[in-house]
Amino acid sequence: MDMPFLSPHDTDLGTPEKISDQQVSLHIDGHPVTVPRGTSLMRAAALTGLSIPKLCATDTLEPFGSCRLCLVEIEGRKGFPASCTTPAEEGMVVRTQSTQLAQLRRGVMELYISDHPLDCLTCASNGDCELQDMAGAVGLREVRYPSIEHHHLTAQKDDSNPYFVYDPSKCIVCNRCVRACEEIQGTFALTLSGRGFSSRVSPGESQPFMASECVSCGACVDACPTATLVEKSILEAGQPEYSVVTTCAYCGVGCGFKADMKGTEVVRMTPWKGGKANEGHACVKGRFAWGYATHKDRILTPMIRKHITDPWQVVSWEEAIQYAASEFRRIQGTYGRDAVGGITSSRCTNEETYLAQKMVRAAFGNNNVDTCARVCHSPTGYGLGMTYGTSAGTQTFKSVEHSDVILIIGANPTDAHPVFGSRLKKRLREGARLIIIDPRRIDLVQGPHFKADYLLQLRPGTNVAIINAIAHVIVTEGLVASDFVNTRCDMESFQAWKAFVVQPHNSPEAMEPVTGVPATQVREAARLYATGGNAAIYYGLGVTEHAQGSTMVIGIANLAMVTGNIGKEGVGVNPLRGQNNVQGSCDMGSFPHEYPGYRHVSDDATRHSFESAWGLPLRKEPGLRIPNMFEAALDGSFRGLYCQGEDIVQSDPNTQHVIAALSSLECLVVQDIFLNETAKYAHVFLPGSSFLEKDGTFTNAERRISRVRKVMPPKGGMSDWEVTVALSNALGYPMHYSHPSEIMDEIARLTPTFSGVSYDLLDRLGSVQWPCDDQNPEGTPLMHVGSFVRGLGQFMITQYVPTDEKVTPKFPLLLTTGRILSQYNVGAQTRRTANMAFHSEDRLDIHPHDAEDRGILDGDWVGVSSRSGNTVLRAHVSERMSPGVVYTTFHFPESGSNVITTDNSDWATNCPEYKVTAVQVTRVRQMSDWQKYHQQFDEMQQHLLRPGPEQMTPS
Amino acid sequence: MMSAQHLAKMANDIGAFFEAMPNQDQAARDVAEHISKFWEPRMVHALLQDVEDHGTDELKPVVRNALFHLQGELQSN
Repeated sequence: MDMPFLSPHDTDLGTPEKISDQQVSLHIDGHPVTVPRGTSLMRAAALTGLSIPKLCATDTLEPFGSCRLCLVEIEGRKGFPASCTTPAEEGMVVRTQSTQLAQLRRGVMELYISDHPLDCLTCASNGDCELQDMAGAVGLREVRYPSIEHHHLTAQKDDSNPYFVYDPSKCIVCNRCVRACEEIQGTFALTLSGRGFSSRVSPGESQPFMASECVSCGACVDACPTATLVEKSILEAGQPEYSVVTTCAYCGVGCGFKADMKGTEVVRMTPWKGGKANEGHACVKGRFAWGYATHKDRILTPMIRKHITDPWQVVSWEEAIQYAASEFRRIQGTYGRDAVGGITSSRCTNEETYLAQKMVRAAFGNNNVDTCARVCHSPTGYGLGMTYGTSAGTQTFKSVEHSDVILIIGANPTDAHPVFGSRLKKRLREGARLIIIDPRRIDLVQGPHFKADYLLQLRPGTNVAIINAIAHVIVTEGLVASDFVNTRCDMESFQAWKAFVVQPHNSPEAMEPVTGVPATQVREAARLYATGGNAAIYYGLGVTEHAQGSTMVIGIANLAMVTGNIGKEGVGVNPLRGQNNVQGSCDMGSFPHEYPGYRHVSDDATRHSFESAWGLPLRKEPGLRIPNMFEAALDGSFRGLYCQGEDIVQSDPNTQHVIAALSSLECLVVQDIFLNETAKYAHVFLPGSSFLEKDGTFTNAERRISRVRKVMPPKGGMSDWEVTVALSNALGYPMHYSHPSEIMDEIARLTPTFSGVSYDLLDRLGSVQWPCDDQNPEGTPLMHVGSFVRGLGQFMITQYVPTDEKVTPKFPLLLTTGRILSQYNVGAQTRRTANMAFHSEDRLDIHPHDAEDRGILDGDWVGVSSRSGNTVLRAHVSERMSPGVVYTTFHFPESGSNVITTDNSDWATNCPEYKVTAVQVTRVRQMSDWQKYHQQFDEMQQHLLRPGPEQMTPS
Repeated sequence: MMSAQHLAKMANDIGAFFEAMPNQDQAARDVAEHISKFWEPRMVHALLQDVEDHGTDELKPVVRNALFHLQGELQSN
């Protein structure tokens, strides 16, 4: 498979694409051109291959018309209009070059250059500077204006941001950065301060970038045509030689990126304009936080040890693989075939995940395979599968551009899915209405030029009560989309559901004491959702990570059906998936009860197809889920685990329970890039690869399959898929692949919804959304158009069942958990980047009333105790939560956030109830006992990692 | 394999969802189907064994009925 090298410099057509049913034809410099109505002359010229000089225009931003370089002449018109702001019209005759235009442009350039340092040879943007290019294009040969005192040549640089530098001396006041911050990112952190000649770009109110509202998305840096805003990595390394298109390895948005390369060194990651998930935008994680891939903490050699108290012994790949295989076989020989299992990773590719589950089913000979979706979106798979017939979201991200009403439930897109968050904010600025259901006042409640119509700030654990109350209003007030329901849904199920939701106990008034949300707000929000036009639901882990997570997903699916908000643009049910490939890991058969494509292991036809392809009989009973594995480990019937790219010790609930389970294993094999918390309990460590070192595919939250391309060789010497193949071979079940594309070919052969997917197709289309088959050869952007995948949509009754996790005088507060923009999940990646400058510790957000009751001041150390355990965090007094609710993130292992969370879980999927834990908070002066244990254990494990002289050479 | 108390709670949680359905026979079959589809066999056997040893007092009626279906299913296999 050839790696498609690209130029680091994108083609820039000057102004954004315009969509129109009407075309206009004109002539530019004698060339005929036909473009959609509304297209600028600049873009029309660029589409014919003509290049009009420009500085303030770029095709990611609306035209601004300030730089006066892109002037043109139009026959029959006076003057020299700016081509960026002049739309093409039928019959126009346009000239882009003339003696007068040349003089005008040269004069403009001369003024720009008169206040610009002429240090091109030593400038970071040498070779990538539009000002330099334009000076050449217009033929500038002299600058007649001397540098004078009030010029900006000696202005101070701002290098406060860890990733880029702002050099005002090089600013040409084109406003591109300001507009990028407004139009693309939607933060409005930048402005132009000063007037006339003294104008300069200013973050916030003439603050350093780090003190401003800047979220470090990099849109301003991308937009800057000079070296005014430039990446520090480019300052250090110089301009890249070539670029490779790949896919981000952070959240479930799955942004397309160009890895800008020098040899095998990444010097910059820039968002790819052709990436359909992000359309050229990025966030601080994907854009800048990739340095972990070459961090000194990477472990690059296989290691083994008999006991977790033994020093690690560096061994060859062959020895590590043979040892792991022999241990698994020994355990199976002693305790039975079902005594081992595996965990696949949402951070690994589809191909790697597919192989891991195949190895468990074929080589281990059982179905004990699970994935981290167990602890995040497994209720989505269950709930949408039951109601609609497929376990995935219904739309594209772009669909939000057609939404009139947006309902966000238990999600915080501007932090956890920031690039989609920016799209969403753009639609809100255009006037879409917004309803938020969340215990916290997330940033989307109010922002620049938008404000939520309703914030239903419910008590944690009462989602189902709210969704039922909304449904009650819709049905009892006659707001049902009867045509849709009658033609698209199972009527028997609808009638049963209708009879349920109209019951008085589901009314907003009856539920108000339960949810804490005023009934009038619920009624008004329900009316808006049902009658406001295209209504789309976006939800996150605040829906799924509850004891009734699956019930809530079903409730959401009911709501979209009863209002007819399915099967067209701008509507739908949109789970915002947490990790980059959590959708893909589920698609690839990582759950113990189903094969790739969500087909149950008991389905004879499906199982026989895999048996035929894999050449051996397969089990028809479901295997153990992750929490079941822990329970089985503790009772001694589960003794060996292959854990690929997951950190279950940090990410799973009730840490002490997890540790006890892992400590009881006889063989824990961890494949990862770092010695993560789980690896400290491992007996075999197999070095993993970062996304920069692997070929494969990721599937994002909109079912979009995108290529991940290797830009450097695996640092440990073996690709992750090769490691699984080697382990399977050593277990006696040979696998034969020479490239990940062959794994995808096998997936396509065995999975109807992937039957049309191949690397050739992905190279041709850029990405594709499944189902991709004979009927949909270029994929399926919108699901359930015309009919549901299961035929008729299935309504299901969603009785509210209060969680067992109750507040008591001993534990009077409810803790809920979440993420922050700059850190990602367990933090293994982002903690090893300069993102630490933004967020260096997990804190406990506590309402001022609760803080005052306890004598807690902002910044105090506080003990957080639950029925599971206790830990110590620093307090952050904040009004984001209601009184009675506290909140923390879980990005730092030493915080022990999951020491507090409980074993409670979703009834259908065992997804943990992370979002509701009854706690008490008190001021303290020292670490918790668990934190002391963790610190000592970590020190011991770090010591065991340091090889003695006899361990340095692989045997 | 897993504490019987824990398994009983899991089964009751499943029952709490399905018992809201209008047809209780169907609800019991749905509980049985859910357990059969998602529980590893050792868990099913452990729950059935516990019921045999200690009765069904801790279980919701819909779960008790579901266990009859599960036992029948196991015997037919």
